[in-house]
Amino acid sequence: MLDALIPAFLRPESASVQAAKVDAIFIGLLLISSAIVLLVVGLVVTFAIRFRRGSSAKRGEMPSLVSREFEIGWTAATLFIFLFIFWWAASIEIGAFSAPKDAIEIHVVGKQWMWKTQGPSGTREINELHVPVGAPVRLLLTSQDVIHSFYVPAFRLKRDALPYQQTETWFQATKTGTYHLLCTEYCGTDHSRMLGRVIVMEPQDYAQWLTKQPERDGLAELGERLFSERGCSGCHNAGSKVHAPSLAGIWGQSVPLEGGRTATVDEAYIRDSILQPQRDVVAGYEPIMPSYEGKLSDGEIQALTAYIRHGTDRFDLIGSLNLAPAQNICAPGETTQESAPNQSLRSPAMVPGAPASGDTPP
Amino acid sequence: MSGASSDASTLANPRELDLGLPVSYLAEGHSVRSWLFTTDHKRIAILYALSITFFFFIGGAAATLVRLELFTPQGDVVGADTYNKLFSLHGIVMVWFFLIPSIPTTMGNFLLPLMIGARDLAFPKLNLISWYLNLAGGLLTLAAVLAGGIDTGWTFYVPYSTVFSNTFVTLAVLGVFVSGFSTIATGVNFIATVHYLRAPGMTWFRLPLFVWSMYTTSLIFVLATPVLALTLILVIAERTFGLPIFDPARGGDPILFQHLFWFYSHPAVYIMILPAMGVISEVITCYARRRIFGYSFMVYALVAIAVIGFFTWGHHMFTSGMSPFAALVFSFLSFIVAVPSAIKVFNWTATLYRGQIGFESPMLYALGFLGLFTMGGLTGLFLASVPIDVHVQDTYFVVAHFHYIMVGASVSAYFAGLHFWWPKVTGRMYPESWARFAALLMFFGFNLTFFPQFIAGYLGMPRRYYSYPPEFQVWNVLSSSGAAVLAVAYLMPLGYLTWSLFYGSRALNDPWNASGLEWRTTSPPPRQNFFGNPQVLAPPYDYHPEATPPGDEPRIAEEGALT
Amino acid sequence: MSAGGDLLDETAARHLREPWDQLRLAEGRAFALQRAGATFGIWIFIASEVLFFGALFLLYTAMRLEHAADFAAAARETNIVYGTLNTALLLTSGLCAAIASQASEREGLRRLTLWCLALTAGLGLAFMVVKGLEYREDIERHLVPGAGFALKERATQLFFGFYWLSTAIHAIHLSIGIGLVLRLIWKEWRAPGFLFESPQVEVAMLYWGFVDMIWIVLYPMLYLDGRGG
Repeated sequence: MLDALIPAFLRPESASVQAAKVDAIFIGLLLISSAIVLLVVGLVVTFAIRFRRGSSAKRGEMPSLVSREFEIGWTAATLFIFLFIFWWAASIEIGAFSAPKDAIEIHVVGKQWMWKTQGPSGTREINELHVPVGAPVRLLLTSQDVIHSFYVPAFRLKRDALPYQQTETWFQATKTGTYHLLCTEYCGTDHSRMLGRVIVMEPQDYAQWLTKQPERDGLAELGERLFSERGCSGCHNAGSKVHAPSLAGIWGQSVPLEGGRTATVDEAYIRDSILQPQRDVVAGYEPIMPSYEGKLSDGEIQALTAYIRHGTDRFDLIGSLNLAPAQNICAPGETTQESAPNQSLRSPAMVPGAPASGDTPP
Repeated sequence: MSGASSDASTLANPRELDLGLPVSYLAEGHSVRSWLFTTDHKRIAILYALSITFFFFIGGAAATLVRLELFTPQGDVVGADTYNKLFSLHGIVMVWFFLIPSIPTTMGNFLLPLMIGARDLAFPKLNLISWYLNLAGGLLTLAAVLAGGIDTGWTFYVPYSTVFSNTFVTLAVLGVFVSGFSTIATGVNFIATVHYLRAPGMTWFRLPLFVWSMYTTSLIFVLATPVLALTLILVIAERTFGLPIFDPARGGDPILFQHLFWFYSHPAVYIMILPAMGVISEVITCYARRRIFGYSFMVYALVAIAVIGFFTWGHHMFTSGMSPFAALVFSFLSFIVAVPSAIKVFNWTATLYRGQIGFESPMLYALGFLGLFTMGGLTGLFLASVPIDVHVQDTYFVVAHFHYIMVGASVSAYFAGLHFWWPKVTGRMYPESWARFAALLMFFGFNLTFFPQFIAGYLGMPRRYYSYPPEFQVWNVLSSSGAAVLAVAYLMPLGYLTWSLFYGSRALNDPWNASGLEWRTTSPPPRQNFFGNPQVLAPPYDYHPEATPPGDEPRIAEEGALT
Repeated sequence: MSAGGDLLDETAARHLREPWDQLRLAEGRAFALQRAGATFGIWIFIASEVLFFGALFLLYTAMRLEHAADFAAAARETNIVYGTLNTALLLTSGLCAAIASQASEREGLRRLTLWCLALTAGLGLAFMVVKGLEYREDIERHLVPGAGFALKERATQLFFGFYWLSTAIHAIHLSIGIGLVLRLIWKEWRAPGFLFESPQVEVAMLYWGFVDMIWIVLYPMLYLDGRGG
């Protein structure tokens, strides 16, 4: 309702649940600050005119006590107003921090100078992201080189994509349409061309769009392949001779660690366990796993994570396969096969400056 | 006030000019050597003024090209890499070689000893060394620019600056590092001077607010700069020796860099604004002929800003994936640090009440400061609110916000002070009507340049974009037109102030009938600053007796009364 | 005795510098003020340095929290013999510095002051020599981060990155300290009596003490981590 105060051309498009909340507080703050600016400027101008040099305005003496009371008065008043704004903004922030459980999960990888996204069923896009309207979407971001920042103004959404780390955020679109996707963390020469678009579709259109995507392995399937190719299965499968914890069904569980601590199995824990396996060892196991740092790309770690998350029911199946564990043990990174699934370009984005063809293999 | 008029006849007060006093600091030696090896704080201030003016116009030239490029959505004036180098040059030069040294090293150096009745700073040789360090740092950075430029932006974010940039980062970073020593030396010098060299009677709560602002700024100089120094060493070490500390590919953490960088760079914002607050307090009281409203609260506010300012750095990193609880703490502290700033604005406004307000050019700049600072401060509240910051972080909204503070407020105050103390520094009056016109033009040009950027930012235009989506063009055209006006306004003082050095009428010792100790000596002052023993008998801003309103009559300067 | 008395009378005049000589105070008082000002100044500078090294230590803390095991493993690779020897050398030099500072303020202790200063500088130089030996050994054992690094765990490179950086920064500080001390000795040698009551002695020695103190923090970080128990 407060939106009406601002003419349309000054209002950025608002197309997510978050956007409405941000706009509300923005307008509220705008009103408060305008009032303060008007008050200060009004007083300054009034005093400047009324008490200009030589004017006939009465200038009585001021009791010395007044100053102190004024000071305390307006200190308390500003403190109260500022704390009120803080409380208001904080309550929105707290309420909107974590994504709903049923959110669609989309992996985003930033790279000089393009965005690569991958949906739950393995659909890959470059500089584009298709999402259904009205459904919460959870973004898991990372970067292959420098820091980027994933920004969709219409959703009031921004999150940095950091190299070798994962950040996350979420949104829920409320309007169909095509929206800007921009990079807002300076990342080099073509920073201003690291553009893309987010296409919000009706759910049925989205379903149709999904079916039109070329058949390909989903993320979890890719993870499954990696799981055996990179030697994970050599230790972590049921039939393995090496004493390593089974990963079947552990997603979301709490596992006991050495030293009496516990950890919940989530993205961060899986990631840490792959990259720094010595750090949080599950109780009762030896810290024998080698680190895969530098031997698995971020995309591959995401795939493995997705596999452990979604593909747990398949573990038994893999366990029953007759793999020779000994060949795979402790040989991270020895597969020469360069995994370049990202090469299969689907749609070079229709945005100015987007690279005409795909990226080179890392 | 008669002294302010540009009518030359009222200025040439022969009684004051012909006292037959010793030569001024300007007349003590005319050789280049007498300047380059001087330990006189006033001459060092002049040296600084020359070097930072040089850097100001270099940074300004870069900004002009940036705004020219942004006139159209396509990249047409310069290439993308050149554009990136231009805004980096603008940021680095303006922050480290103009804004941070601007008021402290020129007016601070010149006035701090004068205002507290000292003969010089506590460590005069160190003062000279710090100018050389500043100059050396600036020249190193310029060398990086001449060698081919640097494209990291002034923030030097890793891993871009350490691993990916192929430009002359090391040289430029080294320049900033060297200038850091200069800053620390100045800080140590100022703090020791205020502690040990105050004249008899100059108690802590009789210090002019400008001195307080220098003191609090120096605290930040001393305590924040070393953290930047270490951070820059790490960047240099990573580029030259391949240390892995920030390199994520080798286990390092780029977020750690941001924490360290902003631990310095947020307080650095207060380095830029606290001195401006000091200048404004001097100017407003003088032209309103009023004691400052709530002197002690003004002092507490300065100290509070300096101290709390050290704990708010995280608000630059709300979108980098910090925990929501850490974000809330930093958000809270950022709101808290705004309270003392608000108090200062109210106090300046209240100082005008029942004054005898004159509108000489320094006052015009000061009133402009009030408006621009209020705007800049309030938009800071938007950025302190996490949900809004998530939207406008790294957009033109942020660019507009910090330009309102650093340029709107800080540079206005710099010009206010420059005009206010010009007669004291040079002994000459500048042409008042030109100065007023420049002040108005600057205010107008500034708002035209930066207000549209708030809108463009809220609509979603990211910063550091060389080409941009066409719907933002209207705001950029407005902004670039404003920049043209602003450029003219900044060039004007360079012209008429230089003119006044040769043709301006001679200044009285106290042309504004001001109250500070610096006016109780000749214009320009002698090498020893004062003729007698300065003694302080009254609180600062003694423009009218306690509990009586200020009168219309200009105070007659009582020569020698305080000196 | 008479020589000492002369020295005492001239002390203030000899050491007074601008702007302290123009305070219109008695020379003795002005000099006391100058001395206090100089000491105060170096304390402020040390506060600044504390923040400098504070950032360095914060870096270490953050990295060690994240990679505790690797840091312990890496710290076991440093040479504790050299490290401990250096700690002993530096602490002894600190003692000499403190004695020199006190002795310089008393009459008739010129020789003691000089000896202590010389010992301070000598021990500082010895530290640098030992450090050089240690560096040579580290390079031979491929403990320089980069290609061909000796240890396998990734974060050990972080540790050694920190090791080289912090020891190098400390060594630069120490070299400045040695320079300051040698300068004092040289000045005294050129103009006997210079050191007596000179504010420069206390200033230099405070700085020396600070550099010592930094090493006391660095020592457990670099040498003792991972060696306990």
